Amino acid sequence: MFSFVIRRILQALLVLLVVGLVAFAMFNFIGDPIDNMLGQERTQEDVDRLKERLGLDQPFVVQYAKFLLAAAQGNFGVSYEQGRPVADILAERAPATLELAAVSGVFALTLGIVLGVFTAIRRDGFWANVIMTLSLVGVSLPTFLIGILLIYLFSVELDWLPSFGRGDTVQIGGWSTGLLTTSGLTALILPSITLGLYQMTLIMRLVRSEMLEVMRQDYIRFARARGLSERTVTFRHALKNTMVPVITVTGLQLGSLIAFAIITESVFQWPGMGLLFINAIQFVDIPVMAAYLMMISVMFVAINLIVDILYVAVDPRLRT
Amino acid sequence: MIEAIKHAPGRIKRALDSDFFWKFRRSPVAVISFAATFLLVMSALFAPLLATMNPFDPASLNLMNGFTPPVTPSAFTGETFLMGADDQGRDVFSTILYGMRISLFVGFAAVTLGLLIGVTLGLISGYFGGWTDTIIMRIADVQLTFPSILVAMLIFGVAKGFTPPEYRDQLAIWVLILSIGLSDWVQFARVVRGATMVEKNKEYVQAARLIGRGAMPIIFRHILPNVLSPVLVIATISLALAIIAEATLSFLGVGAPPTQPSLGTLIRIGQGYLFSGEWWILFFPSVTLLALALSVNLLGDWLRDALNPKLR
Repeated sequence: MFSFVIRRILQALLVLLVVGLVAFAMFNFIGDPIDNMLGQERTQEDVDRLKERLGLDQPFVVQYAKFLLAAAQGNFGVSYEQGRPVADILAERAPATLELAAVSGVFALTLGIVLGVFTAIRRDGFWANVIMTLSLVGVSLPTFLIGILLIYLFSVELDWLPSFGRGDTVQIGGWSTGLLTTSGLTALILPSITLGLYQMTLIMRLVRSEMLEVMRQDYIRFARARGLSERTVTFRHALKNTMVPVITVTGLQLGSLIAFAIITESVFQWPGMGLLFINAIQFVDIPVMAAYLMMISVMFVAINLIVDILYVAVDPRLRT
Repeated sequence: MIEAIKHAPGRIKRALDSDFFWKFRRSPVAVISFAATFLLVMSALFAPLLATMNPFDPASLNLMNGFTPPVTPSAFTGETFLMGADDQGRDVFSTILYGMRISLFVGFAAVTLGLLIGVTLGLISGYFGGWTDTIIMRIADVQLTFPSILVAMLIFGVAKGFTPPEYRDQLAIWVLILSIGLSDWVQFARVVRGATMVEKNKEYVQAARLIGRGAMPIIFRHILPNVLSPVLVIATISLALAIIAEATLSFLGVGAPPTQPSLGTLIRIGQGYLFSGEWWILFFPSVTLLALALSVNLLGDWLRDALNPKLR
């Protein structure tokens, strides 16, 4: 167990080093910072002086180490487009994305498990079949079309919910939250359904197939033979044993929730990090792109690491 | 003897008699999804013959036709459009046909690129093993940590930084192909590597090695044909994913430019008219994209089951 954890942590660090190298290379090879900062009328002396000031005359490895050190301290440079430190912009945008991802994650998990258990118990029932067929269509629907469809239904035709933005937000410390106002909460509904729907179908199908598998096991038959109620058998004995793969998949999907938030945020003009990233690509704002890449990879690698370790911790059979 | 050769079934006859074709005919999902895919691909290929106008030719556009609803004649010019006209008076039906061409071209090209890279690396990785294998597979693992749409966006952004601004629109399609292709090679590499590791210990490979063939001819002439059938399945499913990825990127404004609109770009344009009531500009491209993605997806699903030896 211990050596496994150490090995996984080392692997995770290696991945981060590689990602850092990619981000660093983006800074170095796309456009010449000297060109960006000095005008047409420059002398070789100016160029040399600036190079020395920016540390560009040092060897590659030294520059890379400095870059990593600055990034670890949250210093990602200044956005080309907005002229402000990237770290400030990201800190400002992060709450919107994290709230959206959290709400849609909860939505996907609860509804996914409930529907998964339902379709597994009523395997050949009418509604179970309807839900399964719908989920197949749902998987093929691109996220942005789901968003547009929801906007059309609930904003254009019914005029119940707002179609863009976060509504009113409340500042708590450095964190702006939309969870405390009515307009903030109504603004959350459509984006979180859009973002969570795919994950929901995924969890539902997983829970269903795991449940069907577990229900065939001997211990379930034995629990029934002991005269336990169907409810106890389903929830205490069967559902509990389907949770290991569900934890894994949910954990891994957390990362893609944040990545797919890019699409949802773009459809709903949600002022989060994803929208920032898309704008950065359109304007070729390298510092913002690199910072987003670094940040999201730390998140992904951390999630993967935790899931892997949890997996071993939860399932005693995997311990050696 | 000669009689027997004469009556030996021809290639087409043999294909029609095969197990595979029998399974295909028996599955309504397969026949319908194949028919739909075929119809869509053909109408994209023959777009210039089917379209009522060339939407890329400014001379054929009449701004007076702008926002004409489907089937009803325009109030100004009296022209009728099957699926209506967009803001610039372009026939929506024609833009869809041309847009589908770009979507399919990017999809096919990206999958081909991913397939070439993935299969080559998978073969090399599986055949040689050792350090080569470790490095290639570690890269694959790292890339797999990130959702492929994110990888594609990132490659698109970086490539955009490299291209000079005046060529960006012209090169956008190629950058798109590159970014989607590079984001999905991992699936191919993993499957081919696994299959190669099984094949390389078989007798025919040992025989080829014994008669002194080099590693490259063995890999590409002997092993490659034997690991191709799972590749076909992944390629079909990848095609559906690539079409959706392309549409997503173009919809987000980081893909096909408005001068060469793909289905995603058309949906992006149409979204702007969602609130003003011109639903047809958004509706028809969306339905086309959906039909395309769904039919290719179902075809891939069926192919996976049909070619899976475990299910026979």
